[in-house]
Amino acid sequence: MIHEPEVLIIGGGPAGLSAARQAVKAGCKTTLIDDAFDLGGQLVKQTHKFFGSEMEYAGVRGIKIPEILLDEIKDDSNFEYLLRTSATGYYEDGVVTALYENNEMLKFKPKKLIIATGASENTIPFVNNDLPGVYGAGAVQTLMNVYGVKPGEMGLMIGAGNIGLIVSYQLKQAGVDVAAVVEAAPKVGGYWVHASKIARLGIPIKTRTTILEAIGKEKVEGSRIASVDENWQPIPGTEQTINCDFICLAVGLYPLSDIFHLAKCEMKYVPELGGEVPVRDWEMKTTIEDIYVAGDAGGIEEASSAMIEGALAGLSAANALGKEPEDYNNVKCQLINELSELRCGPVGDHIRCGLAQCSMEDENES
Amino acid sequence: MNPNIENSGIPSKEQIERTLPSKERREKGPYVVIECWQKIPCNPCVKACPFGVIQPMEDINDLPVTDIDKCTGCGLCISLCPGLAIFVIDETYGEEDQALVMIPHEFVPIPKKGDLVQALDRQGNYICDAQVVRTTQNKSNTTVVHLLIPREFILDVRAIKP
Amino acid sequence: MRIEKHPILDFKRGKKVEFQFEDRTLTGFEGEPIAAALHDHGIMVLKNSLRHDRPRGFFCAIGHCSSCLMEVDGCPNVRVCVEPLKAGMVVRRQQGKGVLR
Repeated sequence: MIHEPEVLIIGGGPAGLSAARQAVKAGCKTTLIDDAFDLGGQLVKQTHKFFGSEMEYAGVRGIKIPEILLDEIKDDSNFEYLLRTSATGYYEDGVVTALYENNEMLKFKPKKLIIATGASENTIPFVNNDLPGVYGAGAVQTLMNVYGVKPGEMGLMIGAGNIGLIVSYQLKQAGVDVAAVVEAAPKVGGYWVHASKIARLGIPIKTRTTILEAIGKEKVEGSRIASVDENWQPIPGTEQTINCDFICLAVGLYPLSDIFHLAKCEMKYVPELGGEVPVRDWEMKTTIEDIYVAGDAGGIEEASSAMIEGALAGLSAANALGKEPEDYNNVKCQLINELSELRCGPVGDHIRCGLAQCSMEDENES
Repeated sequence: MNPNIENSGIPSKEQIERTLPSKERREKGPYVVIECWQKIPCNPCVKACPFGVIQPMEDINDLPVTDIDKCTGCGLCISLCPGLAIFVIDETYGEEDQALVMIPHEFVPIPKKGDLVQALDRQGNYICDAQVVRTTQNKSNTTVVHLLIPREFILDVRAIKP
Repeated sequence: MRIEKHPILDFKRGKKVEFQFEDRTLTGFEGEPIAAALHDHGIMVLKNSLRHDRPRGFFCAIGHCSSCLMEVDGCPNVRVCVEPLKAGMVVRRQQGKGVLR
């Protein structure tokens, strides 16, 4: 049996939920699928208060945002969602296959497809980086914030971007110590306020430092770090042993772009956005007519921008279906302006640079 | 490499001093101190203040600017700042050699009034004992802890040992 | 290694259940990933790598990396980081690629 929603959304994180909200409110029969146990994507682990503006729920803790996004549509008969459902394929006749609870194969043929699959974690090479106890930052967050299990007693954090800094703080809140945050670049990549709040808890941030080795036989029992020079090479004589029982890698994310490839969307490799991303326009449409992108799947950024892109994608899909969403042009412009506002400061430089490489048209033309 | 805000999260003396009002204002009563020096897209502090101390931002990436005369030291902004970067200092509180510092705190157990806690500086080092005068909470789950400390440390105490 | 008190979170856990791991009877919460229940008991080695026999535990905890494949109720290659725990489950470290049934 082939399910035929008007809109199929793959991914129930901030982008997917925002897209669903717009599409359903505009009257589209919408199905959302996600491979996790719960809706919310990465939001379910974000215990910290969000940045941005009121429109992106600034000041609200990430964990509270999924229910806010769902609130308006959860009882709408036009909306259904399936959990533990992994999209497995896209066929040239527009059919999306998915595996439901590892058991059942589902088939969808939507009129419009919104891909909001998010991102996955990078890893870095160092001796024994496959030892039990070497975890991605997301894994550490899942363990402690979703399931209430400590990843260990003393961690070493690799990476001082927002994720490395925030997860270090969350570890302290969970009663776990962090020996240090190690960052190969000369500066922290995350917000200074995040760095300040972990510094005053006694977590040292060591820039121009890298990890050489995880020490242990069956699991992590320690680590060796060293300073690096301008060419990112370890400086002999600067090696130090750090006591820890887990190592957390917060070394960046890359977009999960498999389905775009299967659908033959035009892709570009954009380092500023974390990897391969689909070329898109200001309505979040890819080069394939009925396929849209939103959130980290289109470029690594923040939950705040993911929510706005999702809203744009949902709105655009609804409009393309002839649903005539209320005040469409004004709402669309408002959303595009909101995105520009978030991105216009210095911390948005690399995003704007990245988007320039994969955007189909100038924003002034839309 | 010298530790600075960009490589360690620890601000310079000059950055800290820029957050303080005039000596005259400091002697009048409590005042807010916003340790936010980076242009990031963020503005909940503007709406957080019921007295209009934090000025509306034209660009969401602007640094917060305060009209410090309006500040009553209520501390609402402390619990709403996502960066936990806002504090209140009251140099008129307590004895001549004491002062009150209000800090955000998101750990359990939540300290109680009368507790003696260890106050930490920006590097997490113990700097002095502090007495908890009061704690306030709202639905944001960020506790604001009011600490009585020796006045000489008002520029240093920004956390307590969890 | 359970977190009992947290400043922001309230952990909604399912009911406590027993399950088998190798020759041990362990407890965990119904519905949580098997890997979380094992981790709570300090069990971090979930399998050994195919070629060099190196110990492996979970890495991504989201079902992407294949580091956590174990045999559950006789079925091999189960991603225990996303497989919900049920009472009476029999969890074993599988040898090599496991045997399909």
